[in-house]
Amino acid sequence: MTNARTLTIVLFVVLVAVTLVITIWASRQTRTATDFYAGGRSFSAFQNGMAIGGDYMSAASFLGIAGIIALSGYDGFLYSIGFLVAWLVALLLVAEFLRNAGRYTMADVLAFRMRQRPVRSAAAVSTVTVSVFYLIAQMVGAGSLVALLLGIKPGQTFLGMSADTAKVATILLVGALMIVYVVVGGMKGTTYVQIVKAFLLMGGAILMTILVLAAYKFNLSDLLGAAAEKSGKGAAFLEPGLKYGKEVAGDPTQTFYNKMDLLSLGLALVLGTAGLPHILIRFYTVPTAKAARRSVLWAIGIIGSFYLLTLALGFGAAALVGSKDIVAQDAGGNTAAPQLAQALGKRFLGGDTGGAALLAVIAAVAFATILAVVAGLTLASSSSVAHDFYANVVRKGQASERQEINVARASAFVIGAISIVLAIFAQKLNVAFLVALAFAVAASGNLPAILFSLFWKRFNTVGATSAIYGGLGSAVLLVAFSPVVSSLPTSWFPHADFAWFPLQNPGIISIPLGFFFGWLGTMLSSEKADDGRYAELEVRSLTGAGAH
Amino acid sequence: MTTAPPHLDESPYERAQQSPEFAGLRRTLRRFVFPMTAAFFLWYALYVLLSAYARDFMGTVLFGNVNVALVFGLLQFLSTFVIAWLYARFADRKLDATAEAIKTQVEAEIEGGAK
Repeated sequence: MTNARTLTIVLFVVLVAVTLVITIWASRQTRTATDFYAGGRSFSAFQNGMAIGGDYMSAASFLGIAGIIALSGYDGFLYSIGFLVAWLVALLLVAEFLRNAGRYTMADVLAFRMRQRPVRSAAAVSTVTVSVFYLIAQMVGAGSLVALLLGIKPGQTFLGMSADTAKVATILLVGALMIVYVVVGGMKGTTYVQIVKAFLLMGGAILMTILVLAAYKFNLSDLLGAAAEKSGKGAAFLEPGLKYGKEVAGDPTQTFYNKMDLLSLGLALVLGTAGLPHILIRFYTVPTAKAARRSVLWAIGIIGSFYLLTLALGFGAAALVGSKDIVAQDAGGNTAAPQLAQALGKRFLGGDTGGAALLAVIAAVAFATILAVVAGLTLASSSSVAHDFYANVVRKGQASERQEINVARASAFVIGAISIVLAIFAQKLNVAFLVALAFAVAASGNLPAILFSLFWKRFNTVGATSAIYGGLGSAVLLVAFSPVVSSLPTSWFPHADFAWFPLQNPGIISIPLGFFFGWLGTMLSSEKADDGRYAELEVRSLTGAGAH
Repeated sequence: MTTAPPHLDESPYERAQQSPEFAGLRRTLRRFVFPMTAAFFLWYALYVLLSAYARDFMGTVLFGNVNVALVFGLLQFLSTFVIAWLYARFADRKLDATAEAIKTQVEAEIEGGAK
């Protein structure tokens, strides 16, 4: 264990050093606002595709999905599919238009033909909300992950730290690093960190998949059979229904709610991606709409391949590690992939030393995964605060580039600091749902506003703010009154019961509501759509004429 | 801003928007992306609905330990890859040249100050 720790720490230090060198190098090439917000629009489609992959495949994807598959079998696959199919919404309806019409943030498109201040304020609120939810989930995940990977058990100490102190220290470290990447390196630094992470993650996943398959002589069916047998649940392990949409015997109402929850999750996953601000701003880092299209193709390629690999990792962990050992380490299954690495290393790379080595490598990959995602989230929210709120709402477009970048750097610092504090307080809470909530908010508030802006001429300022605040508000309110917050033993307030909304995921109600509010606000407002600006938006988004 | 008669005050963007070339480009684009979006969304919805309500069907074993649910899921991957590839091919062949021509025209008009 001591050797494993040493190796893990050496790899972590190397990783941090490499990313910091990249960041400092990137900072020397960051002069203008376009450099800071959009990496100078100088990335190739391939580079941006890899960076999108690095931005998107979060710890929730790598550790979370592998863990769900390892513990609940097939149901984890539902996540992979929703996360992947979602990219078609981005490819067909959003990426190229956004690249042509916008400049630095999501709000550039939303406010294009509307009154700037109300729409940009709404977009900044929603961008910061979505990104901070997502950030907290990643940071809390990082804290528990590192404590587990270093093998700090309750009562033990490491470098004089107990497990709880180590968790807080990790959150502080991750938070400090993401602030440095963004403040110093801007979009260029962040992008290179994401590209490096994408290659590390794919390399790690491919290596583990090959070893898993080798353990079953490359017979997928045998792997599935072994996983089902070891799970103790038999064939049901390979079918949907162990985790989502559970059928409760004798309780048709709860069964109905469970099924609705599954549909709600499916909807939020597929519609959320194209409304996530940290994903949307990645389309600005390439020179043309055609390059944006090509980057989404690369992204679909790498993300799709990765999710196929998680299938092997999840079932591999179920078969080779077993749910008993996984749950003993982490009840949520988040350590299934690292534990699988250890088992595979033991088997193929020479006993305990090999196990420790592969565990350390995969732990470093998981750490890189978290760093790249939190950097992207911090950048998206600070860009929106600086470009949307400060430059266009507070200064009404009169701020200089330098002032804008300084505010962006300062807000990265403040948002990072706030997220660190919130993450430390949220440590004991179940935060897995925060990512699903971020997707629900993105799908309920941002996506309706984006689609209506681009495709519905009559859409106006009130419509845009109604869609964003209405979608965001209903998603957050429904979660506040759901079993996530009260009534269940796993809730935040297990002893209180104000959960009148029966579903864990609000999407199935809040997404249609977001579209409805967008329509209603538009119809109730007497404001006429600006024909000239709509012509400009339409021609620009389709052809790139006048694009930045 | 004064309100002038529409035809005298048209911007290069408005003139482009009203041109038959642009109308054609918009129609070609929408005829591809809207039906394709509906198609993949329904196909995905079918998958989610079957996962929720047709568990017996999804659990049908096809060969070895491979069941319908797994194959259906893998088909979602396949359809995503295929649709992405089809769209890229379509956009390269049917959209890019027209879009580029309109873009050049509009930017020339803006450049020349032809307002």
